[in-house]
Amino acid sequence: MDDCAARAGLKPGMPLASARAMTNALNVVEADLPADAQMLSRIADWCDRFTPFVALDAPHGLLLDISGVSHLFGGEKAMLGRVRESFKAQGFLAYGAVAGTAAAARALARFADGTVAAPGEEAAATAPLPVAALDLDPKDTLALQRAGLKNIAQVAQRTRAELTARFGKEMVFKLDRARGQGEKPISPRRILPDYSAEQRFAEPVTAQDFIAAAILSLAQSLCGVLEERGQGARALEASFFRTDGIVRRIGIETARPLRDAAVIAKLFHTRLDALHDELDPGFGFDLVRLAVPHAERLVPQSVGLEARPDDDKEIAFLIDRLAARFGSHRILTFQPQDTHIPEAAGVAVPAQHADTTKLTWEPRIAGEAPRRPLRMFARPEPIDAIAAVPDGPPIRFRWRRVLHKVRLAEGPERIAMEWWAAQEPKPTRDYFRVEDEAGRRFWLYRDGLYGREPFASKWYVHGLFA
Amino acid sequence: MDGIAKRLAGARQLLSPLPGQDGARLPLGHDAADAVLRGGLLRGALHEIFAADASAFGFAAGLARRAAGFKRLLWIVQDFSALEQGAVAPTGLAEFGIAPASLLLLCAANATDALRAGADALSCAALGAVIVEIPGNPKILDLVASRRLVLGAQSKGVTVFLLRPAAEVEPSAAETRWLIRSSHSADSDDWGHPRFDAELTRNRHGETGRWDMEWCCDDGAFRETTHSGAVVSAPADRPAPAAVWRLAG
Repeated sequence: MDDCAARAGLKPGMPLASARAMTNALNVVEADLPADAQMLSRIADWCDRFTPFVALDAPHGLLLDISGVSHLFGGEKAMLGRVRESFKAQGFLAYGAVAGTAAAARALARFADGTVAAPGEEAAATAPLPVAALDLDPKDTLALQRAGLKNIAQVAQRTRAELTARFGKEMVFKLDRARGQGEKPISPRRILPDYSAEQRFAEPVTAQDFIAAAILSLAQSLCGVLEERGQGARALEASFFRTDGIVRRIGIETARPLRDAAVIAKLFHTRLDALHDELDPGFGFDLVRLAVPHAERLVPQSVGLEARPDDDKEIAFLIDRLAARFGSHRILTFQPQDTHIPEAAGVAVPAQHADTTKLTWEPRIAGEAPRRPLRMFARPEPIDAIAAVPDGPPIRFRWRRVLHKVRLAEGPERIAMEWWAAQEPKPTRDYFRVEDEAGRRFWLYRDGLYGREPFASKWYVHGLFA
Repeated sequence: MDGIAKRLAGARQLLSPLPGQDGARLPLGHDAADAVLRGGLLRGALHEIFAADASAFGFAAGLARRAAGFKRLLWIVQDFSALEQGAVAPTGLAEFGIAPASLLLLCAANATDALRAGADALSCAALGAVIVEIPGNPKILDLVASRRLVLGAQSKGVTVFLLRPAAEVEPSAAETRWLIRSSHSADSDDWGHPRFDAELTRNRHGETGRWDMEWCCDDGAFRETTHSGAVVSAPADRPAPAAVWRLAG
């Protein structure tokens, strides 16, 4: 459907044969609903430049919550005009309206294009609209029309009891919302950030230096606001809006709440440097926004006696830098776990997300050699071993095609698996520390007690000692 | 008294303030090796450790622990190291005498990333030492790459150890080059402290040598191997075991 079709008298929903009968200059295109939906979500992404609160109103509509941002565009009427112009520049024909509630705005946009209803005036604004503007079931709309109620003002004159009895309470709620009373919350497509600063460019920028300078100045203004509130950023997101509508977002995370503009700029520089695909500006970016999706209270750190006070900050900056370049899942610290199973007793977690735990590592026994190997296989490797039954250490074993003769063995250390946890209890392990004739030390175990399990016990190498 | 004096010296070494970038040396604790090294390993420099087997991981960890003192350590491994040589185990570190909380681990995707991460990390003066573990002989690890590591280490005084399991010896800009093998325990058949057959194959400012060393997990220092003395004393009321292997308890 487009303007020419409307002028020729075609209506949406009309059968194709009737349309062909009315005019023969018809260009028929199959409806591609998934592509339409994708286009709608891309338009929604692009509308992020007006306000972060954008919701989809399928199949062809968008709801923008402009409370608090309309003054940036010169008032509600000016903002409406600006939005429609921007759509027109992209090649879309858009109908829009502004009202105090979402339902009222929706109704006005479809049937009274261009209205700006001040708060409290929604009832007056929607009064002359036809009942189709209420967005009811088609049969309910038909029933209303048959009953002689042609527009919303007439429907509103009926008592609520009558309407509820005939159409149900949902209809009455919709009527209320259309008239500006009561509001159904709409959820935005993206999480609203805690803080956000943006910079528009009169001429679209493509140069890296300008982009870096923009990020630095935005970071400085954000840090000023964060300082007033006593908070620091744990996550940051930079959005780059291209003139042709494509939006590119880069996010970084930090190990501790951050409030230092130079550090933020450096982290973004590292991240942009490490991107696989270049940040392609196309014809240029006309809007750069820096948002803080997640902020936390920034507690001034107390200084330890032995470490220099800047050491902790330096280490946190190093972790953030490495995480920005390589990914936050690659830089890890160790955390003790409350289990005696060897491979699970210590876990490597991303350093940026590590929270303090009350558990401590098991201390070593003074004077004893190490009881645990320095390197452990996450999946123990099976070996062929010959050992004395029932619970003697191996005499010889073959691992990775090399035969090792055991010269010295220490053990067994019997570790039972968590019989309370799994459905099928895993077999008990007997661990041995063995040294071969060359002096290499291994941590072997036998899976299962001899004679107790129905299967033949298998041997594994679990780790290598220094 | 000799043992106590030695321990005091070791403790003093750990508590001493951070020395400058040039000239400061890190003693191992092994007198003969320290003598050849003119006091110890040069701090703020690149040291290469070639591994014949898994014992070199402990050697590198011990050296890094001594170099770092109170500061934190960064150990850079590659993803497939966990399959080949096993993942770095925090419980093993604790048993070895290194606090797991003091170690940061970086899992790089490949050798290029590992070297890049090493160069990045050397600009952080709050780190005590960095271990870069690169298996094999990747092309990216050439003279230029090792020279870059040397310059990075000199800039902020962070000591860097290049650990190379399953690699062939090739030229590099390292200050010292070690080849570490396991050393078998003494014939008194007791499960003793970790022992290394440490060969210093190249030393820019000194001679080479080969020593048998032991790592004392409690003191955090290397020392001469003790041939006498069981680590765990035999129980008094039972005869010494005749067989080679000894069961616990």
